Amino acid sequence: MQSEIARQIREFIADNFLFREDRADLSDTESLLEAGLIDSTGILELVAFLESHFRIRMADAEIVPENLDSVQAITAYVTRKMGETAAAA
Amino acid sequence: MCGIVGFLRTRPSATADHPLLQRMIDAVAHRGPDGQGLYLGEGAGLGHARLSIIGLAAGRQPMANADGTLHVTFNGEIFNYVELREDLIRRGRRFRTDSDTEVILHLYEEMGTDCVKAMNGDFAFAIWDERRRRLMLARDRMGVRPLFYAQRDGALFFASEAKALLQVPGISAELDPVALDQIFTLWFPLSPRTPFKNVRELPPAHVLVADSGGMRVKPYWRLSYPDADDAGAWDRRAAEDIEAELRALLFDATRIRLRADVPVGAYLSGGLDSSVVAAAARRFVAERLRTFSVTFEDAEFDESDHQQTMVRALGTEHTALPCAKADIAAHFPDVVAHAEGPILRAAPAPLFLLARRTRAAGFKVVLTGEGADEIFAGYDIFKEAKLRRFCAREPGSRLRPLLLRRLYPYLPGLQGQSQKYLEAFFATGADELGDPLFSHLPRLRNTAAAKLFYSAEMRAELAGYDCLAELRESLPADFVRWHPLNQAQYLETAYLLPGYILSSQGDRMAMAHAVEGRFPFLDHRLVEFAARIPPALKIRGLREKHVLRAAMKDVLPPSIGARTKQPYRAPDAQSFLGREAPAYVSECLSNAALRHTGCFDPKAVEKLVAKCRAGRAMGFRDNAAFVGILSTQLWHRAFAPAGALSPLTPYAVA
Repeated sequence: MQSEIARQIREFIADNFLFREDRADLSDTESLLEAGLIDSTGILELVAFLESHFRIRMADAEIVPENLDSVQAITAYVTRKMGETAAAA
Repeated sequence: MCGIVGFLRTRPSATADHPLLQRMIDAVAHRGPDGQGLYLGEGAGLGHARLSIIGLAAGRQPMANADGTLHVTFNGEIFNYVELREDLIRRGRRFRTDSDTEVILHLYEEMGTDCVKAMNGDFAFAIWDERRRRLMLARDRMGVRPLFYAQRDGALFFASEAKALLQVPGISAELDPVALDQIFTLWFPLSPRTPFKNVRELPPAHVLVADSGGMRVKPYWRLSYPDADDAGAWDRRAAEDIEAELRALLFDATRIRLRADVPVGAYLSGGLDSSVVAAAARRFVAERLRTFSVTFEDAEFDESDHQQTMVRALGTEHTALPCAKADIAAHFPDVVAHAEGPILRAAPAPLFLLARRTRAAGFKVVLTGEGADEIFAGYDIFKEAKLRRFCAREPGSRLRPLLLRRLYPYLPGLQGQSQKYLEAFFATGADELGDPLFSHLPRLRNTAAAKLFYSAEMRAELAGYDCLAELRESLPADFVRWHPLNQAQYLETAYLLPGYILSSQGDRMAMAHAVEGRFPFLDHRLVEFAARIPPALKIRGLREKHVLRAAMKDVLPPSIGARTKQPYRAPDAQSFLGREAPAYVSECLSNAALRHTGCFDPKAVEKLVAKCRAGRAMGFRDNAAFVGILSTQLWHRAFAPAGALSPLTPYAVA
């Protein structure tokens, strides 16, 4: 399931931040900030996508590079959050 | 204000010169609908499309001196022509007209090419000196008026706009990939480069002299600041004395910019700068001042309330022009054709429409507040740089980065960020503190992110080219010794101001409708005076343009005098989407059209368009990319319908 989450996140990033198909693949650990792929609006887009697509709620304190700056970090964060949401339900 | 054109040949040509000169004049006829004239001498020709403002009856051009050996074609104004003329008459010179054009001829007779040093004005002119067989081209200090040139078959051609040069057989429009890369980094090509591969611009504050010995381009003035540690070079007087001189200079700069034989109006944005200029103008104009402004539906861009405050305070007769997104889209192809290059913002479009409205109201001349943000440090980028430097000096501090939240209060995208991300966006490596471009690095990086959409061919063409390295190399030698604020001001004043603000957003939009903009803040006396004002008086804490506010507090309503800078912006990509979008948008961004011009990756652009259409949030990068790509496509359609990407030209600094 985690690989499916990672795939969906990668696809969102490809369509909304990466655009180009011929660019050398974005590695799962590459920093979106350092690669110049994400700007301030990009963060808000990403948060909106994660909240609606994975049905999670992000607290302001969670919107930090540690959670969002690579495919790997986002996947780990989303997996953890979905676990919490399921446990709470 | 007018359009000028001309040429100098070094050898006989098969081209019939008269019809060519006429075609060149016709190409810039929008700049001067009040009359045309041309002069043909042996191997040289001058043409003129006239917008008559001073010396309505006697100011015909090209104008010759008394013995017919000098001929001038002139665009712009010499604002101190009254004083220069009196001085010349006192020295025994005889005038046939009371125009400023004739003053140029007399000054040239006395001073030769140094005549520009005596002029206070916004000008581009050409003098053909028949006796010396010498052509002189000159451009004003700040780059208000444009002047382009091209060489072909041993001849030199010049014109107010590049489109006139495209009339010359053999000179065709080819997009210069390096210029495009500079636009996608800096917003404008680095002078003298232009988007047209074969066309150069005469840089601001330069003269060009061409004769049998060849062609020489040299500066006659340059913007400079004191060395940061040279205590004696700064204006050390009490703040009140500096403020008093500022006020006196600004009033005088405004006074001489009201010289015209036609009525002069003013643009009123609602911000501090245009309010100051309108208030200053009120002191010298007996009639009710006529003012004009743009308003937007979207509160993010609109400044109506502040405009109305100033209208009431000054009692002006005001016209507010509502500008809808559909208006921007409808006129954008014309905007690009007049700007003559790719642009990353739609912001010129409302100014194009405002000029049209101003002209329809019968006004040929408007004062604006342009230049104040550059010379008195009003832009947010100056505060941003100050804060980033402050944070970078104490990397462990938790408190310093909290101030970042005080930046850009009008940008919802930034205000919604967590503290950690704010810090990440403005983060500065310790190594960057020594970069001469320090102040502008975040903006340059954000803009350059739009290069993501380049096609593979474009990336191959540009392999190894580093726009920022070229910019760094072009800086003057003493730049490194200036105060960081002055360095940032220089990057704005010597580069972005002439390269984008005064051209794409200024002259080209106003002159599309034969309206002349005049800018009191760009009087070189004020520019030189402001350069010596200590940085602490310009930005006090995080309050921008402090010294200007202090100097003008008595002439402005308190709500305007205390207003924080809101930069002029207009809706970008969103203007071109939606159901009523004009057909050209889809045509220009189609796979086939993108392949034809070759600059961008059609698949990537398709995703960008899909993202924009879906109405998802769009940031700086996406907006800049969308408008930049669309305008590049429109540029091709306007100037080079057959042309694809041309091969790379050498970009070494000459």
